[in-house]
Amino acid sequence: MKNHVWRPLYIVLAIVGGIIITRTLLVPNDFGVYERGYMYGWHRKSNEAEWRKYPIKYKSPQICAECHPEKDREIKSSPHASISCQNCHGPNYNHPDDPQGLTIDRSRGLCIRCHAHLPYKGTLRGGIPGINPETHYPQEQCVMCHIPHSPKPMIQKREVKS
Amino acid sequence: MMNRREFCKKACIVAGGLIIPLSALEVFNPRRLLAEKDGNSKVRWVFLVDIHKCVGCGLCVKACKIENDVDWDANVTRTWVERYVVTKGGQTLIDSPKGARDGFITQKIDQASQGLKEVKPEEIAKAFFVPKLCNHCENPPCVQVCPVGATYQTQEGVVLVDRTWCIGCGYCVMGCPYGVRYFHPTLHVAEKCTLCYHRLCQGMKSACVDACPFGARRVGNIRDPEDPVTKIITTEQVNVLKEEFGTKPQCFYLGSSMEVK
Amino acid sequence: MVHGEAWTLKEFFVYPNEYIYWSIQIVMYPFMTGLVAGAFVLSSLYHVFGVKQLKDIARFSLVFSLALLPVAMMPLLLHLQQPLRGINVMMTPHFTSAIAAFGIVFTTYGFIVASEIWFVYRQFIVETVMELRGKQQRSAVDSARLVLYSLLSLGAMDLSPEALHKDERAVGVLAGIGIPVACFLHGYAGFIFGSVKANALWMTPLMPVIFICSAVVSGIALCIATYIITMEIRKLLSTWKRNKRSYLKLPSVEELKSAELQVVTITVKYLVMFLVLAITLELLDLIFRTYTAVKSWDILRSVIYERDFFKIFILQYGFGNLVPFIIFLRPGLTIRRALVGTLLVLMGVFMMRWNVVIGGQAFSASFSGFMDYHLPIWPSTVELYKEGLFGALTVIITPFVLFYLFTRVLPVFGVKDSH
Repeated sequence: MKNHVWRPLYIVLAIVGGIIITRTLLVPNDFGVYERGYMYGWHRKSNEAEWRKYPIKYKSPQICAECHPEKDREIKSSPHASISCQNCHGPNYNHPDDPQGLTIDRSRGLCIRCHAHLPYKGTLRGGIPGINPETHYPQEQCVMCHIPHSPKPMIQKREVKS
Repeated sequence: MMNRREFCKKACIVAGGLIIPLSALEVFNPRRLLAEKDGNSKVRWVFLVDIHKCVGCGLCVKACKIENDVDWDANVTRTWVERYVVTKGGQTLIDSPKGARDGFITQKIDQASQGLKEVKPEEIAKAFFVPKLCNHCENPPCVQVCPVGATYQTQEGVVLVDRTWCIGCGYCVMGCPYGVRYFHPTLHVAEKCTLCYHRLCQGMKSACVDACPFGARRVGNIRDPEDPVTKIITTEQVNVLKEEFGTKPQCFYLGSSMEVK
Repeated sequence: MVHGEAWTLKEFFVYPNEYIYWSIQIVMYPFMTGLVAGAFVLSSLYHVFGVKQLKDIARFSLVFSLALLPVAMMPLLLHLQQPLRGINVMMTPHFTSAIAAFGIVFTTYGFIVASEIWFVYRQFIVETVMELRGKQQRSAVDSARLVLYSLLSLGAMDLSPEALHKDERAVGVLAGIGIPVACFLHGYAGFIFGSVKANALWMTPLMPVIFICSAVVSGIALCIATYIITMEIRKLLSTWKRNKRSYLKLPSVEELKSAELQVVTITVKYLVMFLVLAITLELLDLIFRTYTAVKSWDILRSVIYERDFFKIFILQYGFGNLVPFIIFLRPGLTIRRALVGTLLVLMGVFMMRWNVVIGGQAFSASFSGFMDYHLPIWPSTVELYKEGLFGALTVIITPFVLFYLFTRVLPVFGVKDSH
């Protein structure tokens, strides 16, 4: 005589089998354990390539000088020498193909990132020439008086006078 | 003799019996489970932050947000800069308004619901800026706790998220002691710093590294003894964050202080 | 808006990406799982340990635990940012994560409960099939019922004494296996929290044990409360039906009442036992943290003793533990007092889950700031529904709806069972 006690077990086995079949259908083929072992390397391998293909927006800082050597010389001889072009001129993307021109950030907000004075002795910030943004010509854009590529205030004052 | 019914049943049992161990082996392949997690990759990216050099301009945060399409106005960020102001009274005030996306442009310290707090310059004992990003730990707890294998570490030590496989449970977000993870505002999957994996693979540097005018951020290959970053890490006094968690963070700090959280 | 921003209020310094990511649904999850596990343990007290007095409530709590089972999964699905990908947990389980075991443990447990119920009800199912088959004229409803019960019988129509004896033994074995699985199911929910080393409040090896004890407490409390309420309804129905159709042989109100009080008194004893255990462990954890006072203690102290004082010491320990304790231990327990006591216990266990889940996120991982949780009330967006008051209410109501539906098919009271 057959034993009816095992009937629920058959159903369980059928469900488990169903899950396993779904698994083979649903899980990508390259899902597995890779270099970092099961704990840290259990993943879909092709995802690494997907991340590698992520579009680059900021090109290498040196690339600008190739077409704009005079601008590069200008900024390299100024106190702003260490600032990479794309920080103010915006990300390169595929310039000069797309976009043909870059959108320059001339906002006050960009300059005061460094030049809002903070009285922190012992940090580089404390040593950067700074202003109080709330009292130093609050309505004006900095570029009205200061030329970013050659920002020494004395030079500008002379230029403004002449 | 076997009747048809019994035959079907037995066939099912045999087939099921074969499928189960075979597919179980796929998950529990003992050889693969024991695979050396260290690997022999020639590249292991590490990060170096020089706290002395950081001025809190936040250009790194800006560049990161643009490079990695992190929503500009969303109150989450892959990297951020913290300001520490220690008063002569021994109080430590910390803030990072909008992750320092726009830099630190005021002396007022943002205490969230407690409002802005101003410390008089003569009361400041010390102040400094600390850039933060994913530590790409050697033992990343966020990867350990992912239930589906949607986050993982590459051979080069970079911790990434598979956006097509993440179920959005948030366990990794809770598992990270450094608070670097969050949910992508529109894709609704776990999101984090990739160390600009796409740039590193092209021989470039991370966007935040290129953006920093002061050289406070550097990225290097610890397996290359000639790499300047490696030289600094191996010869100078560097520190890591929250070493007590055993995560072996791979983001090293020069000039760190006990106040740094 | 970023996930979590709508209900998180930050104070002092909190890392920019930190929000209360695990909100009300993650409070509901261990609460509901706890109810499942507790209800099952209660039914097993009869099936495995032969506590005869619990026979009536055992069947009841077994069916209730099946009704709660799908609901334990609901909060997780409501919480997931990608609910449709939830199946990935079964597809590519990463067993170094506590959550990965969920699919397997949960399914195993579901199988055990369902099979146990099948064995308990097999005689009833077969008898119903026979009765329906015997009918000359079957209405559409009857035909549908016949199909349903025939399917439920799985074709096992044997009602010989040997077969019924086998059923009985199977129930015993399944209940026996079920207890460790139920404890595992819930202990592992505790492990999910206890193993998060990044969270100073959660990380303790006691967490799974505390969770199991409070799970049993809440499960028993819910079974008692629901049992009392169901019996009250039956009493009302009984009076009503007797007046209408006096020829029916229904149990009198007095009969129901005395049986009810007896069952409740005994069950409450088990409740108190587990309650003592749960409180002891929780206090041990608190004392240990206070005494060792490691780095995180400064911020934990201000959360536990200041910010969450009302929620922890008044609602959880006071009204949730101490008051029911007094209610249960005072001699001469009445049905009404038992009901009040069990409801308070349920509230207390819920607050315990709240204080663990939300309390664990009430402070920044930087230990320099706090986060306040504001439960979203009005569901103006899907997210605010899912992770708000109405989402939680949905989760609370569903088991009762399911229980009602189940009892339409498998009557819980007054049936001759297989054993």
